[in-house]
Amino acid sequence: MADIIKVEHLSYVYNPGMPNAVTALDDVSFTVEEGDFVGIIGATGSGKSTLITHMNGLNRPTSGKIFIDGRDLWAEPEKIRDFRFLTGLVFQYPEYQLFEETCYKDIAFGPKNMGLDEAEIQRRVHEAADFVGLDPALLERSPFELSGGQKRRVAVAGVMAMKPRILVLDEPAAGLDPEGRDEILSEVKEYHKKTGTTVLLVSHSMEDIAKYANRVLVMNNKKIAMYDTVEKVFARAPELLELGLSVPQVTKIFLKLREMGVDVPADVYTIPYAVKMILNAKSRRDAGESLVLPRKEVQKGGAAEC
Amino acid sequence: MLRDITIGQHFPGNSLVHRFDPRLKLVLTIAYIVLLFAASNPLGLALSILFLAGMYMVAKIPFKMILKSLKPILPIVIFTAVLNLFFVAGEGEPLVRVWFLTIYAEGVRYAVLMAVRVMALIAGTSLLTYTTSPIVLTDAIEQLLKPLGKLHFPVHELAMMMSIALRFIPTLIEETDKIMNAQKARGAQLDTGKMTDRVKALVPVLIPLFISAFRRADELAMAMECRCYRGGEGRTRLKVLRCEKQDYIDLAVCIVCFGVILASRLVFPNF
Repeated sequence: MADIIKVEHLSYVYNPGMPNAVTALDDVSFTVEEGDFVGIIGATGSGKSTLITHMNGLNRPTSGKIFIDGRDLWAEPEKIRDFRFLTGLVFQYPEYQLFEETCYKDIAFGPKNMGLDEAEIQRRVHEAADFVGLDPALLERSPFELSGGQKRRVAVAGVMAMKPRILVLDEPAAGLDPEGRDEILSEVKEYHKKTGTTVLLVSHSMEDIAKYANRVLVMNNKKIAMYDTVEKVFARAPELLELGLSVPQVTKIFLKLREMGVDVPADVYTIPYAVKMILNAKSRRDAGESLVLPRKEVQKGGAAEC
Repeated sequence: MLRDITIGQHFPGNSLVHRFDPRLKLVLTIAYIVLLFAASNPLGLALSILFLAGMYMVAKIPFKMILKSLKPILPIVIFTAVLNLFFVAGEGEPLVRVWFLTIYAEGVRYAVLMAVRVMALIAGTSLLTYTTSPIVLTDAIEQLLKPLGKLHFPVHELAMMMSIALRFIPTLIEETDKIMNAQKARGAQLDTGKMTDRVKALVPVLIPLFISAFRRADELAMAMECRCYRGGEGRTRLKVLRCEKQDYIDLAVCIVCFGVILASRLVFPNF
């Protein structure tokens, strides 16, 4: 499929020319195919947030170019607003941007700015509310009466209602309880599947990225350190750990097993796949096959029983 | 765009100006403002600006920072200058006469002087906030106002309010930036579009900003109560302000400079 996002040699400097100039992005290039679900990870200050604010033209690159859907983002600066509707951006803690009297009106803010007619707005608001699992009864309530998790949903729905081709979410699950995390992320995944929207998800949680994304972009020190499919990135777990990032717990276990000389794959990053691999190993052992990695020393102990 | 607001911003350093006793610095800044108006002839004004430039040099604050602090008040300066230009009536023949507008040489002179004076005023007070951290500054204000406490004036509370307000300026600016970006991402026309649209677009920014300001105030009050904050009564300080020898030397230098500037007005009243 075609590249919906194409970033070429993007660099961004805060306060250029000032004594406190800070480079936030340094020669970043990558492309995203339409329909991909890309997880973006990186340590704090690695440039993730700066990168995503470039996707809809909130920040203007100091140098380099961004193409969204084949069009240069900054070719005509006065038309930048069109791209804001093409790329929906959900910021960290988006519930703090709510301002309308009712949830309905707040969700309708984006579509209204697009100049849609009332019927279409209504359709979109209900659709978006449905995607984030918001009770229609809450739509007429003030957003300030809702709980934190519900507010977050309203805010996410507000962006989804614009029906962007690309949805960018910056830590949508931050500060939510484990149940809330899973819910909101599965809703995003569901939205991705149903609408075919390209999704960029910034997260600190490797588990979340492993579970929902199909590609991972690893940022380190203002540059892209890795950009590949989830399997390939997590197969390079030692490098990730070196970058100060964690890998999913289950990947850690499998890496440890390999270290101990057990023949299991290294690119395991989700629980279902892990279970399959363990059962696979067990049946191999039961069949009398050796599980010992050939070149390593035997240090089996009870490891194969795990 | 909001990042350009520099009032209340501290520019850390360890220069002579930075280390100068904040109480004296505050008093001298006020004196400097008075001086700007007292020495109102061009020569006096030029000397005052020279003095300020020297201070900025000593403080090692880049001149760009002055421009930055002047930027937000530029519309006011231009506005007053234009008003002065047209409304100050001088003697003799007007320079220009267009329809009902007349410009006198006196008006031009006055407009320029006033604009320069206001800019010097802002630059001067900015130097104070650049070189003094807000906490130290409010400490100084509190100590200077202490005598008023005898008249049951709530000096400590006032100082506390000021330090909190100063402390939250950068936070709120950052917050405004974030909210503006979030609303822009939903198509709010803050940087594009017609003037009326832009004004309307402020509502989605101001409401969340107010809500978050109240929330922050609430949280702060709670945190202060948790630490048993009871106000100024019997409170001791971590850093006690004391004037050292160096401070007196600095003070003397400043007084001499101010004296010279003031004297220049009396000696050369026509310049």
